[in-house]
Amino acid sequence: MKIREIASLLGADVLCGESQLDEEVQSACGSDMMSDVLAFVKDQGVLITGLVNPQVIRTAMMMDMHCVVFVRSKRPTAEMLELAKEHHIAVLASCSRMYEACGKLYASGLGSEACANG
Amino acid sequence: MAETLRFHYEVDGNNFTSAGAASVEVKRKLRQLGFDAETIRRVSIAMYEGEINMVVHARGGSADVYVDKDCITIILADRGPGIPDISLAMQEGYSTAPDNIRALGFGAGMGLPNMKRYTDEMKIETVLGKGTTVTIKVYTNGANKL
Ligand SMILES: Nc1ncnc2c1ncn2[C@@H]1O[C@H](COP(=O)(O)OP(=O)(O)O)[C@@H](O)[C@H]1O
Ligand SMILES: [Mg+2]
Repeated sequence: MKIREIASLLGADVLCGESQLDEEVQSACGSDMMSDVLAFVKDQGVLITGLVNPQVIRTAMMMDMHCVVFVRSKRPTAEMLELAKEHHIAVLASCSRMYEACGKLYASGLGSEACANG
Repeated sequence: MAETLRFHYEVDGNNFTSAGAASVEVKRKLRQLGFDAETIRRVSIAMYEGEINMVVHARGGSADVYVDKDCITIILADRGPGIPDISLAMQEGYSTAPDNIRALGFGAGMGLPNMKRYTDEMKIETVLGKGTTVTIKVYTNGANKL
């Protein structure tokens, strides 16, 4: 799925990474606990979270993720967006709740690879 | 490669926001050196969890990174309270992190288990009241420019 499609499925604003909207991502992971995200890697392209602090962006960087989606109308700080830009991570913000956002993406074919690992 | 590359970082215990910056830097260096993505990811995730632990549990510390052709070694040393029961600390889900840390997305008790999972060797040396040293090693597959 393209990042562009994720944005449109979730009615999300693109806060940075406009030029990356045509990048393909294979799978996603939704969590507010960063160690859980770090536990189950396997080329997950998207992190969906309601947590807002710079460690969210660093976690995505560590995992080589291409996109972070903030749910529940959470807005990242300017500092976080700088960090994301610097590391080529697209940042989206949606007013969907976590359950709804994950459900929409999953139903549209964006899987998770976490099961293979956990 | 004839010589081992060595990098040293101080990890500020008073600044949760900057925690992980050293791991980001190491990740960047390993990329430049041409290591494969999987090796880099394993090293940087393990180091990141170790850095976070030093900030959250031990008021900061230092990280020394040694890069050889076949092996990357990271020594995370702090002067924190030490770990009373290492096997308990190694259990998935065990955490003494306070609620304010959990609210920041850490404290799921997965850090040490993650470090073990992503590395080939891990050793914890700890003295109560004096500090903890965690040594992790990742063997590379030799596919790099060194
Ligand atoms: N550097 C350290 N100094 C003192 N205690 C530590 C250190 N690292 C880990 N611990 C202890 O081990 C526990 C488990 O660590 P970890 O698996 O990383 O989980 P978490 O950090 O989420 O609590 C911590 O809650 C803490 O009690
Ligand atoms: Mg931890």
